[in-house]
Amino acid sequence: MSNSTEAAAPSRSPGARAWRRFKRNRLGYWSLLIFFVLVVGSLFAELLSNDRPLIVRYEGNTYFPLVKDYAETVFGGDFATPADYLDPFIREQITRGDNWALYAPNPYGAQTINYFAKAPNPSAPTWDNWLGTDDRGRDLLAQLIYGFRVSVLFALALTAIGVVLGVITGAIQGFFGGKTDLAFQRFIEIWGSMPELYLLIIFSAVFSPSVGLLLILLSLFGWMGLSDYVRAEFLRNRQLDYVRAARAMGLSNAQIIWRHILPNSLTPVVTFLPFRMSAAILALTSLDFLGLGVPPGTPSLGELLNQGKGSIDAWWISLSTFAVLVITLLLLTFMGDALRDALDPRKADQ
Amino acid sequence: MTAPMLLEVSDLRVAFGGQEVVHGINFSIQAGEKLALVGESGSGKTVSALSLLRLVHNAEVSGRALLLGRDLLALSEHQLRGVRGDEVAVVFQEPMSALNPLYTVGDQIREVLQLKKGLTPRQAVAASHELLASTGIPEPARRANAFPHQLSGGQRQRAMIAMALASAPKLLLADEPTTALDVTLRVQILDLLADLQRQHGMAVLLITHDLNLVRRFADRVAVMERGHLVEQGGVGDVFAAPQHPYTRKLLASKPERDVAEPVVPADAAPVLKSQRLRVSYPVRLPGFKGWFRKGEFVAVKGADMVVAPGQTLGVIGESGSGKSTLALAALGLMPHQGSLQIDGTDWAQAKKAGRDRALRQRIQVVFQDPFSSLSPRMTIEQIVGEGLQVHQPALSVAQRRERVVTALADVGLVDDPGRGGDWLQRYPHEFSGGQRQRLAIARALIVDPQLLVLDEPTSALDVTVQKQVLSLLQRLQRERGLSYLLITHDVDVIHAMAHEVMVMKDGEVVESGPVERVLQAPEHPYTRALVQAAV
Repeated sequence: MSNSTEAAAPSRSPGARAWRRFKRNRLGYWSLLIFFVLVVGSLFAELLSNDRPLIVRYEGNTYFPLVKDYAETVFGGDFATPADYLDPFIREQITRGDNWALYAPNPYGAQTINYFAKAPNPSAPTWDNWLGTDDRGRDLLAQLIYGFRVSVLFALALTAIGVVLGVITGAIQGFFGGKTDLAFQRFIEIWGSMPELYLLIIFSAVFSPSVGLLLILLSLFGWMGLSDYVRAEFLRNRQLDYVRAARAMGLSNAQIIWRHILPNSLTPVVTFLPFRMSAAILALTSLDFLGLGVPPGTPSLGELLNQGKGSIDAWWISLSTFAVLVITLLLLTFMGDALRDALDPRKADQ
Repeated sequence: MTAPMLLEVSDLRVAFGGQEVVHGINFSIQAGEKLALVGESGSGKTVSALSLLRLVHNAEVSGRALLLGRDLLALSEHQLRGVRGDEVAVVFQEPMSALNPLYTVGDQIREVLQLKKGLTPRQAVAASHELLASTGIPEPARRANAFPHQLSGGQRQRAMIAMALASAPKLLLADEPTTALDVTLRVQILDLLADLQRQHGMAVLLITHDLNLVRRFADRVAVMERGHLVEQGGVGDVFAAPQHPYTRKLLASKPERDVAEPVVPADAAPVLKSQRLRVSYPVRLPGFKGWFRKGEFVAVKGADMVVAPGQTLGVIGESGSGKSTLALAALGLMPHQGSLQIDGTDWAQAKKAGRDRALRQRIQVVFQDPFSSLSPRMTIEQIVGEGLQVHQPALSVAQRRERVVTALADVGLVDDPGRGGDWLQRYPHEFSGGQRQRLAIARALIVDPQLLVLDEPTSALDVTVQKQVLSLLQRLQRERGLSYLLITHDVDVIHAMAHEVMVMKDGEVVESGPVERVLQAPEHPYTRALVQAAV
């Protein structure tokens, strides 16, 4: 064949080519890297921000307070209660002489109340609390780190469930069409007109609020938008010749869906991933802000915003929470833009 | 040259994003002359013509194009707007998308008349009816109130021509005006264009890939290859004594008959046999009735066909004649009535007994559009090897790969089976149309079928590639004794490939028999029209 010279060029799958186009968008690519570092960092939040030292060397023995509870008496205290490592006495004990302790860079956990703060709560940023404390004396930086983790993990879970449900329902509607499609569409219309917020309020009154309950409730309504896109892709792809050829080859429906139509129908799914994540983070934050979200005591960006609203004078609370939210959402949006461009069929040949 | 030059194009260059696609071409048209610009897809013929009116988006155009002494390429956008649709009018390939679906054709013609000729609305109505009548549309006053979708394809193209003629242009650019139409219509439209050209004394620049049309229509021909104008001259001269090798190759690309004539014993069991085959689609009934029951559109109204081993049954017909539905039914992809047997086994019974997978191995298919018939996210190895996974699951990965490489070599994609390996991990987008069609053939052949359904296997390909693919199919038939069920609208293809022919019109088989008899002495008037259109 005349094109045998072409055969020397490296071969790339459509996915690999889209990834190259994505990387060429510097803003989106760096957003992805930064976001990835932030998420991985927040997964190890216990190492970064914790009120317990990571390792303690005390009187010739090594202790790991990070993973194990020790009583105060172990370190020469008077009570058999778990040690408070921020207590100046304990701190003195474990750093005296040959003893040493390795603290996390930010020595506060999400729930740690700094009883030994030098300023009244909420305190403005100090050398002890880099971003200040909230109205209960908890360290703001620690709250933000843990709140970010909860938000991102919640968004990932919500997105994953939404994608799986959306793809399955969309695939069933699009592939089988006809009456199946009709029935599903009517169901979606009815289901989609349920008042989501009222249901959330009612359920949070009936059940004790928890992250899991919130996840289930939001998932019940989160799949519909995506399912429409997948359905449309399936309707388009199922009548193309390569699917007919696969049928003529004798493949089963499951094989045709899995091997042929699904890989060619995922473009809208992938494109919407970052936008769905930012929507999920916003949803959780707004519900927390309204007090309908995660149970009290869970570190949460929405709850912090509510505090910021409550004490306007404590500018550091609202400002830093706002900054975290804006940066997270911006990173996701930049990634979404780059992804959308990378998967745009009109640019696919460049 | 006595007549003054109407259009003189010199050193026309067109580039997209710095990449030149037309490399400095020169041609000229006299007033009242018919010039054909011929070339395969990607040769730059359409871009060259449309960039004269700056109708090509994002193109960087340089050179000179003198229309009666005025350089079109130097005109401002505003001045050029005065030329477009006035001195130079365009007829596009696809009238369905070139006409605005929101306006009646009468409105669209009247718009031109009022804008370019300054007629009053009342005068424009009368003039638009006249124009429609002159293009041979019956009942022009009624048709003028029709929306584009209410007209047939041929009528739409006629309306499009009427619109182009409304401003009495000196030059008509006709960009593949008949490609979207059925063969019998093509001749009519072309004759109409020639008539109107004579009446109005305008010049026509016909852009086409179809040499039959050139021979029939044009005075002079200019041949383009990859952005170069390689040859031009009078139609008679160029066709009789082509100078450039590319022109010779184009002219020699008419498919040739090179098929085995197997002697089929009278008692040989047919590979495919159907009796009173009837296929219908459910359609929505209009109004309230449609809520409760579905109507029925019968696409194939009782077809009897027989495909003998090692032979080709050609099915010819126009779009909407039911020939593609017939192909899908033969593949068992369409519920049908009547009997349809593959190698003595009835499709319906096989499906009932759950043995249809074994039957699918015997009948395979090659579709028309090589771009949609290969899944873009699978590698060549996955695409070609898939049939083996289904029908011979016992094969190991290495054995399967070996069979895939052999199949690629069989269809002429790989010269040397030893180094076919580097093709396996490639994706379809890296292949040209002809190569993709070979891939589709390899995918079908790998399960070793007895019957191949070829649904317009070459109509999406360029003429030179078409010839290569057809000779490949002929060779495979000779070597393997394959039977083909060949669906096409092209009499040349039938002539080159078929042993038996079946002519379909509106779902009915109007004529069938051995290819020599049907093509040489057609009985049915429709067959006669088809055969004449192809000459």
